[in-house]
Parts: sequence; structure tokens; C-alpha cells
Amino acid sequence: MNPRQLLGVFESADEVMTATKASHAKGYSIVDVFTPYAVHGLDKAMGLRPSRLPWISLLLGMTGAGLKVWFEFWTSAVSWPVNVGGKPWNSLPAFVPVTFEVMVLFAGISTVLAFLIISRLFPGRKAVIPYPDITSHKFVIVLEENDAAFDAVEVRKMFESMGAVEVVERVVTEGAN
Amino acid sequence: MDSTYEMTRPPLVSGNKSVEQVTVDIANVVEGKAGALWWGGFMVSLVALGVGLIAIGYLFVTGIGTWGLNNTIGWAFDITNFVFWIGIGHAGTLISAVLFLFRQRWRTAVNRSAEAMTIFAVMCAGLFPLIHMGRPWLAYWMAPYPNLRGSLWINFRSPLVWDFFAIATYFIISLIFWYIGMIPDLATIRDRTKSKLRRWLTGTMSLGWDGSTRTWQRYEVVYLLLAGLATPLVISVHSIVSMDFATSIVPGWHTTIFPPYFVAGAIFSGMGMVLTLMIIARRTMHLQDYITINHIDTMCKVLIVTSGMVGLAYLTEFLTAMYSENQYEQFIFMNRAAGPLGWGYWIMIGCNLMIPQLLWFKRIRTSPGIVFIISIFVNIGMWFERFVIIVTSLYRDYIPASWADYAPTSIEIAILVGSFGLFFTLFLLFCRLLPVISMSEIKGVLDYGKTPVEHHDTMEAK
Repeated sequence: MNPRQLLGVFESADEVMTATKASHAKGYSIVDVFTPYAVHGLDKAMGLRPSRLPWISLLLGMTGAGLKVWFEFWTSAVSWPVNVGGKPWNSLPAFVPVTFEVMVLFAGISTVLAFLIISRLFPGRKAVIPYPDITSHKFVIVLEENDAAFDAVEVRKMFESMGAVEVVERVVTEGAN
Repeated sequence: MDSTYEMTRPPLVSGNKSVEQVTVDIANVVEGKAGALWWGGFMVSLVALGVGLIAIGYLFVTGIGTWGLNNTIGWAFDITNFVFWIGIGHAGTLISAVLFLFRQRWRTAVNRSAEAMTIFAVMCAGLFPLIHMGRPWLAYWMAPYPNLRGSLWINFRSPLVWDFFAIATYFIISLIFWYIGMIPDLATIRDRTKSKLRRWLTGTMSLGWDGSTRTWQRYEVVYLLLAGLATPLVISVHSIVSMDFATSIVPGWHTTIFPPYFVAGAIFSGMGMVLTLMIIARRTMHLQDYITINHIDTMCKVLIVTSGMVGLAYLTEFLTAMYSENQYEQFIFMNRAAGPLGWGYWIMIGCNLMIPQLLWFKRIRTSPGIVFIISIFVNIGMWFERFVIIVTSLYRDYIPASWADYAPTSIEIAILVGSFGLFFTLFLLFCRLLPVISMSEIKGVLDYGKTPVEHHDTMEAK
């Protein structure tokens, strides 16, 4: 049984926001909203949970910093201490700059990698765009008709009253989202 | 489309552009053919790059003796150029990251090219520590890896080692930040280009981006995190570069004002270079509606603020030396202004302090031609600042018997020219092949300054 989807195509961020809020309020299953740029507040309007990426960033940054400062201490005070100008072996203040840089490096790289993995973005991935010009100037909300209570005609009327330039119904085939 | 609105602020994008128009304007530059002006600039840059590469080849084969360095003046053009290029890079990160955190939405017209400028400037900068080594083929010894020399480790207490990590981190994070910012725009080009090669390239590089809000939400979080990481990074990197000097005992170098002074100077010189590039770019690529006069005006304001900070630092250094009653410190400052290299000092003062004072006048700030000339002077002045700091402190240090003079050789000048060649070659290629303005971010600020007069909730059918 292939799911049926209903796409509402809008030409402004405000209109798609109104449509999203209304759809969420009515309890429709929103597959996604496709926009050419990040529309603030749209994720909340869709009912998306806040991302947990900042925690990954913090965790891996701290790990990087901890590893680095241990490494600096070990090379400078344990493995082969070299007397440079009489500086103490465990010169922790001197270790701060490199530790800071490595922390930023770890945090940055790990956050980006986590983002790409979670969003399943990778070179060679085929982009499945549900409607042309989404990446240019069209805003598309995709609802899934997942129960009998979904009245396509009513939704179509609602979207059109909100300024939709087109409302498309389709059946999802393999490979499409 | 919207209900009636009034403009409470001047718009960031002029010409009443629609979202689609933004795509067309910017993607057309990428998809169109290069004009004669681009080819001319590109050829000149390639020649300059070639000259530099030949000089570097000669340097590798013959040695540092081909430079004008001597026992007294161990650093001159090499480190001056290094600090110059790193400083230029910092303005790009400022515009991209710091202004993002400050919610300055005007940054959207210039952040893509400013970040590109940063990456190319850091590449040029990284060249100099590499080639100034006596044995550049052993450059990998800078990295702490287990080895057969007893496992001889690097000295983590040395600012030169801090530099290695700082510059490497700065380059990698800037590159990542720039690339992540470009993914949605690469998708835009992928979906509209007719060229198969371009579609394949942008398709691969856009990683299958589809505009889904679930992805946008995480994207915005990553962007914010990277901006938040890049901001202290920018400050730390140039502070670490300044520590190359500040942690020494050389008079004129050994002062705590260096980290903030260098960071302010970096933003100043970088913003000068951004203005130089943007004023040319907006004219040649017909982007005056995006990089508006207001943008130039605002960037000039940043310029005059940082010029003031740099001037304050000059004064502080001078007064610190006077108050310290340290005769070596005092002599250095007198000598900077009145000694054999005093002409360099006064070029620095003139270009960094005097000429930018013109920017107090709005008429000047809003004339791109004059701002362009001022920005060139800022670049020259800031190069001389680094030169003056480095060479005047070295050539007249503690013992008069070791005083010496410095003159650059043709090889050093050729390498400096080559670094400009590298920078402009890369930047011109960027202008041709990639979207110079962040389309997705600019689309998001098209509504800037519009305040709705009526409420939007009562929508009428179109």
C-alpha cells in the first residue's frame, strides 16, 4: 500500500508558515516542508523536537581538549622532558593555546560530521526534490494521508485560501520521499 | 503576497527583488561566460603567481641566503607577509561568524566572498612559515608524531608551535564553515544548470540537499555552533600570532598590548581588503542591488572604529615605553619615528590613522571610488605596520655592535608579488565558479525593514 501525499505549493515563507501551523493544529501528518531558505519558526510550527547537535559539539570538544592537554603534559613532562629556558615540566598555562585550538577543531569537525550523518547527506546521494524550484523560490508542504479522516478536498480548499499556487496529490513510489 | 507594509529601515536588497530574481541574478554569474575584465585580471594574477613560484623554487634549491636576512634581522619580509595575510583572513571570519552572532543581517551580501577571502588569505599566509624554514622538506617535523628520534616531541610551550596548531585549525574550520554555508546554494545551481558537468559537480558537492526543513533545522544549529566556535578562534589565532613577538624579550615586541592590538589591526586590514574586493566585484558582476551603498557605508564604519583602536594601541605602546623608564624601550620608539626606517613608520601612520579619518564623512563613505582608494591605502599601511614592528625592533636592539641594516632582495619581493598572485588567482576562480553571494541567506533578508501595517492572519484568495 503506497502512501498518498498531498503537496501544497506556496510562493512565500509567510504563506507556508500559515499553512504549516494550520496543518499541525488540525493534526495532519506533516512529512516535511521544503523551502529555498531556512524559515525561522517553521520547525516549531511543524512540531519538530530541538536538535541535540549542541550536546555532541560540547562533548567532543571537551574530549578533544582533555586528550590534548593530557598529550601535551605527557610529551613535555613524562616522555622526554626538555629543559627550555628553565620552564617547569608541567607548564599548564603554556599548554592552553594549543589545547584551545584542538578543542575548537574537534568540536567543529565532529559537529559537522554528526550533522551530515544524522541528516544522511553524503557525496553521491541523489537529491529527491518533490517539486521543481524548491531550491530556488518555491515553498512546499507535504502532508501524508495516513487515515480515512483526511479529507483531501478540504485540505486543498484550505491551502488555496492561504495562497497556494498549486496543490498536488500523488502516490509515493519507491525512491521518492 | 503580503499585506501592506511600511519600510521602517532601508532594505538590505534594493530593487524590490523577488526570491526567484535572487536566484537568477546570482546563479547567472556562475553560469555565464567570463568577460574580458575577468580574463585580464586572471592572466595578471597567474603571471604574478608564476613569478612567485619561480622565486620559491630558486629559494628551495639555493637557501635562505637568497634573502636579505642576517644575524641581526632574522625575520623581515617572510614574517611580515605571514602576519599580513593572516590578518586579512580575520575580517572574513568576523563578517561570517561574529556578525552572525550579533544578528547583523547585512552581512548576508558579503559573507560568502569574505569567507572565501579568508581561506585564500590563510593559504597565502601558510606559505610563509613553510618557505622560511631552512629545510622546508622537513616541515612535517612540526607535527607531534611518534618517531625514531627517541620520540622527540615538539615544544608545546613555544608560540611557534602554537601558531602551527592555530593556523591549521583556523584553515580547517574556516573551510568547513564556508563549505557548509555553500551546500544549499550548490543545490540551487544543481537544480537549474543546463551543463552536465556542472550538474554532476554541484550535485556531488551539495550532498543530495533537498531543502527539507528537518535538515534546515539542524543546518541552522550547525551554522550557529560553527559561528560560535569561529569567533573565539579568530581572536585566539591572531593573539597567538602576536605571541610570536610578545613572548620574546625584544624591546618593542615584549608588551602585553600585542594580542588585542593585533586582533584589532587584523580586522582593520581585513576589512580594507574586503572593501577592495567587494567594490570591484559589485561593479563587474552587477551586484549593486545586493552589495549596496549601505553595505559599503557600514563596512567603512567598521574600518574607522578599528583604525581608532589601532591608533589607540600605537599611543598606548608609546606611552608605556615612556612611562617604563626602560631606555631600550624608549629608544626603540624614538628610533621608529626618526631612525633610518622612519619613512616606513610615517607611511604606516599616514595610511592607518590619517587617511581613514576621511571616513567620518558620509559623503566619502558612500562614494565607492574614494572608499576603494582608501582601502588600498589601508592595505599598504597595515603591511608597513607589520614590517615596522618586526624590522625596527630587530635592527636596533640592545647592543649597538649588532646593529645592522636590511634591504629586501628581488627574491623576497618576487615571493610577495607571488602571494598576491596566488590570492587573486584563487579569488577570481571563486568568483567565476561559485556563487559569490549566499543566495539562501540573502533570500531570508528580503523582508528586512518591512513592518506589516495590517495583520497577516486574514488571508484573501489570490
